Amino acid sequence: MKSLFKHLALAALIGLSGPALASLAYVSNERDNTISVIDTQSMEVIDTLPVGARPRGILFSGDYSKLYICASDDDTVQVMDLATRTIIDTLPSGADPEQFALHPNDRHLYIANEDDDIVTVVDVKTKEVLAQIDVGIEPEGMAISPDGKWAVNTSETTSMLHWINTETFEIEKNSVVGQRPRHVEFTRDGKIAWASAEIGGTVHIFDVDTIEEIKLINFQIRGVPQDRVQPVGIQLTSDGKYAFVALGPSNHVAVVDAQTYEVLDYLLVGARVWQVALDQDEKFLYTTNGVSGDVSVIDVDQLKVIKSIKVGRFPWGVVIAPTS
Amino acid sequence: MSLLSRAAAATLFTLASAGPLQADALDVRIGYVQWIPDRGPVLSNIIPEPADSGLRGAELAIQDNSTTGRFLGQNFELSSDVSDSHDDALAAFEAMHSDGTRLFVVNAPASTLQAIMARASDDTLVFNAGAKDDALRTAECHVNLLHTAPSYAMLTDALGQWLNMRRWNNLFLITGPTDEDKAWADAFRRSANRFGLKIVQDKPWTFDADLRRSAINELPAFTQARNYDAVVVADVRGDFGEYVPFNTWLPRPVVGTQGMSPVTWHRAVEAWGAAQLQSRFENLAGRHMNSDDYAAWAAIRSVGTAVTQLKAAEPMELRNFLFTEQFQLAAFKGRSLSFRDWNGQLRQPIPLVHPNSLVAQAPFDGFLHPNTEMDTLGFDRPESTCRINR
Repeated sequence: MKSLFKHLALAALIGLSGPALASLAYVSNERDNTISVIDTQSMEVIDTLPVGARPRGILFSGDYSKLYICASDDDTVQVMDLATRTIIDTLPSGADPEQFALHPNDRHLYIANEDDDIVTVVDVKTKEVLAQIDVGIEPEGMAISPDGKWAVNTSETTSMLHWINTETFEIEKNSVVGQRPRHVEFTRDGKIAWASAEIGGTVHIFDVDTIEEIKLINFQIRGVPQDRVQPVGIQLTSDGKYAFVALGPSNHVAVVDAQTYEVLDYLLVGARVWQVALDQDEKFLYTTNGVSGDVSVIDVDQLKVIKSIKVGRFPWGVVIAPTS
Repeated sequence: MSLLSRAAAATLFTLASAGPLQADALDVRIGYVQWIPDRGPVLSNIIPEPADSGLRGAELAIQDNSTTGRFLGQNFELSSDVSDSHDDALAAFEAMHSDGTRLFVVNAPASTLQAIMARASDDTLVFNAGAKDDALRTAECHVNLLHTAPSYAMLTDALGQWLNMRRWNNLFLITGPTDEDKAWADAFRRSANRFGLKIVQDKPWTFDADLRRSAINELPAFTQARNYDAVVVADVRGDFGEYVPFNTWLPRPVVGTQGMSPVTWHRAVEAWGAAQLQSRFENLAGRHMNSDDYAAWAAIRSVGTAVTQLKAAEPMELRNFLFTEQFQLAAFKGRSLSFRDWNGQLRQPIPLVHPNSLVAQAPFDGFLHPNTEMDTLGFDRPESTCRINR
C-alpha cells in the first residue's frame, strides 16, 4: 500500500505543476492512527500517514509548515513536518490531549487534557510547560480569540465555558451553557463567540466584550428525533454570512445566517458528523463523518453536498492548508 | 512528566482563582443507602460481584458534581451506608433523614425501598438505583420517587427489539426459581408479545445438581426441542445460566441474563465519550464500572446537573426541574436522558453486551415512537397507571 500511495503522491505533485491550484486537506482518523491527505482539486486521498495512537485534534503552525496532532492515547502532541510528511518532534502535552488551539503568537499551545480536568499551556518553541490550569470535567473544545486575549475551554461534563486570561493563565469567568459543550469558534473580528452544546442540542452565542450570552440557537430537522441533533464542530465564513454547524448523529450540517442567527438549511452528509473545515478561499466545506468513515464536501455557494471521500476509520478532525 | 513539574506553582496559583464566583456557597448533602441481600450459594460462582457495586458510582458522581460545583460555589457531600439487613438499611435512612438529609439514592430491593418511602417526609426526594421491579413503574409509584435503574421491562424490551430485528423469532425460555428470575421472565414474555416473538418452549429450571461436573450431560437433554432460534435464560443471580451457552441441544446462541445480555452499563461501552467515564471510574475504584454503579452515578449526576442549572438545591424545586424540558442528563449513552413524567423512570438506551464486547444498543431504527424512541423500552404512558405529575 505504501508504494501505491507514493505513486499517487507523485502523480499529485505532477498535477500541481498544471494551471489549477491545489491545496491539501488533512484528516485525523481516530481508530486507524493515521492522517489522510486529500488533494482538494481532485478531491481524492493522495496519501495516508501513520501517526500516534488515537489522533483527534489537529492544527497548523502559523506558517502552515507543520501540523500539530493530539495523539490522545500516547499522551503527547506530535509535530509533523508537512514538506516531508514525517513526525519530527513531540511536545509535552499532559495526559489524553483531545483538542488544542495555538495562540496568535505562534508559540503558546493550549491543550485540553480530557482525563485530567486541566488545560496545559506549552511553548512550542522551547517545549516548556508554561501552566496547567484546573478546569471542569472532560475539557474538550479550545479556542483563542483573534486578539489573543482569551483562551476559551469547554468542559463537557461540567457544561461550562472557562474564559482563561492568556497573560495570567487564570480563569476569569465561567459561563454555564447546555449539556456537553464541544467547540468554540470566534468571529474574525473577535466580537462574537459561538459555542456548541452536543447533548443540549444548542449553540450559544456570546458577546465577547461582556462575556454574556446574547442568543441561543436551536435546531430541528424534519424526520430526525430531537435527541439525535447534537451540535459539535462550527465554522464561520470570513464575510460574516454563514455559520456551518455539524450536528453529529443527525447526519446533517446546519447552515446558519451568521447575522440573524436563523437556521437557513440542513444538509445531509455522512453518519455522525463531528468536525468541519473551510478551504482557504471558502468555496468548499469539508466534514468528518465518524461512523461512515468518510468526508463530505459541501459547495458553499450552492449549499449542496457534492462529494463524499472515503478516508480511515472514525475520521475526527480536519484542517485545510492554503493553496500552494 | 518531569517537564510538567515546573508548572506545579502555576497550577496552585490558578486553583485559587478558580474559586467560587458567587458570594453565598451552596451545600448539597446526598444520602446513599445500600442493601443487597445475600444471593445464596450459586453454581457459577467463579467471578463474584463487587460488594461496593453502586457505592463507587455514587462516589464518582459526587466527585464529578464537586469539580463542576467549585466554579459556582456549590459543595456536594455524600453520606453513605452499606447495610447488612433490611432493618439496618431503614435505620441508616432514618438517621440520615433526622440529620436533615432530604436527597437520597437507594440501592436495595423493592420492599426496602417501599419501607423507606413510607418513612420519608413529603420534602424528601429518593432515587431508586437498584430495584428493577416493573410494579414500581406501573402501579406502586410515589410522587417523590425517581428511578435511574431501568425496569426489567426496559431490559427485556431491548432484547425483544433486537431479536425481532434479527428475525430470531422462535425462542426457548428457561426460568430460574427465584422471584427475580420469575419477574425477569414475566417481563420477557411481555416483550415477546410486543415484538412478535414466539416462545416455543417455556421451562422452569428445576435441577439442583452441580453443573460444573454435569452441565455437558444435563443441559443438552434439558434444551431438547424440535427447533428454536435462540435460548433465553432468566437467571438474575447467575446460578446456572453461565453453563447454558455451548451446552444447548441445538447449536444456537444464548441470550438473556447470560450470554448476550441487556444491561444498564458495561465496561465494553466506550462510545459517546464513555471511555472517559470508564477511565475516571477505574481510577477511583480500581475495577470496571457496572450497572449498579451507573444507576447510582446517574442519580447523583441528575441532582448535580439540576443544581448547576438552578443554582439552588431545595429538593422539591429540584424535583420539579427534573421533569422540565430544560433538564437533560448527559450520561454517555449517545442521547440526552430525561425522566418520564408519569412514573419517574429515567429513559435511557440499553446496551446489549457479551462479556467482552458491545453487540448493539437499543432502541433500534424502525421501532418508532411519537415522542422519543427511548419510550419504546419499558412502560409507556398508556401502559402505566402512574401519574406522579398530575
